[in-house]
Amino acid sequence: MSELAGDPQRKRVISASFTLGTAVGVTALSFGLAAVSAGASVSQACALSLFTFTGASQFSAMSVVGAGGSIATAFGGAALLAVRNFVYGIALASRVSTDAQGRRHSLPRRLLAAQFVIDETTAMTTAENEPRLARTAFWVTALSLFVTWNLGTLVGALAGSLLDSRALGLDAAFPAAFVAMLPAHLRTSRGRRAALTGAVVCLALTPFVPVGAAILVAVIGVLFGVKP
Amino acid sequence: MITDTQLWVLVSALSAFAYLCKALGFVVIGSRAMPALVERCLALIPASLLAALVAKDTFSTGQALIVDARAAGVAVAMVAVWRRMPFIVVVAAAMATTALVRALG
Repeated sequence: MSELAGDPQRKRVISASFTLGTAVGVTALSFGLAAVSAGASVSQACALSLFTFTGASQFSAMSVVGAGGSIATAFGGAALLAVRNFVYGIALASRVSTDAQGRRHSLPRRLLAAQFVIDETTAMTTAENEPRLARTAFWVTALSLFVTWNLGTLVGALAGSLLDSRALGLDAAFPAAFVAMLPAHLRTSRGRRAALTGAVVCLALTPFVPVGAAILVAVIGVLFGVKP
Repeated sequence: MITDTQLWVLVSALSAFAYLCKALGFVVIGSRAMPALVERCLALIPASLLAALVAKDTFSTGQALIVDARAAGVAVAMVAVWRRMPFIVVVAAAMATTALVRALG
């Protein structure tokens, strides 16, 4: 702590990253609840949070399962959402895969860090210009979020297995969660066009295709967003 | 109906795929540049899919399109997001509204 006292910048980054990490982790409560109400067991909900560890994909997979979709369609939509972590990985590689002297970390350490390449760590890390602060932001966000995300999932899933999900309106937890995740992607007109097209395509196809497949086709919304 | 074994297959496959995406960008590609168009397409995927998921989870049950108590819950969620409420408040408000409308209806 004495080392921190002389480094107010680092202290600020640690505090901000820790606050975000724990706050977002609370979201896991609703994931645990929703996953169990969709038909997953407590251990399956926990395994998703431990190993998949990317919120939107976890919610998406359970949403399709809960609606009666097949595992193929549940996987497809969730996998497409996971592809953005690939882009985050590229953005983070130059910022957190080297030490203070610019030496590349060992392969095992980089493979471990890769598990934490998600929305929140990317946002906190890329917000810092100084490499030393960026590394601190990455690790503090990653570890605080990982701990609270998994604890929250466990508590939510245990609670969910004791409750009557329909009477509690738990089926509204999925769309509400997706609504809460959307604003970050609607800041540009491209994003808004892609979103609108995705929603319209999904609703138009829902009556005619297997459950969950409309979500996959909705990805063509990207083409409407990407044209100038 | 999905069996317990199928769910475990889904959990494993999704975990493997998600990790592959993370590690491919972070460890394999590193800081090499990607074509701008590819990057733009990849960046738009969440907008399309999340909006589609909102539409599906609000207005459909299986293959049927319906408007029920969930629509009221999602409307409240949208207001809560617009007022910059925390995630857990957005979800709790949507659940409470849906439960209330259902209990009254």
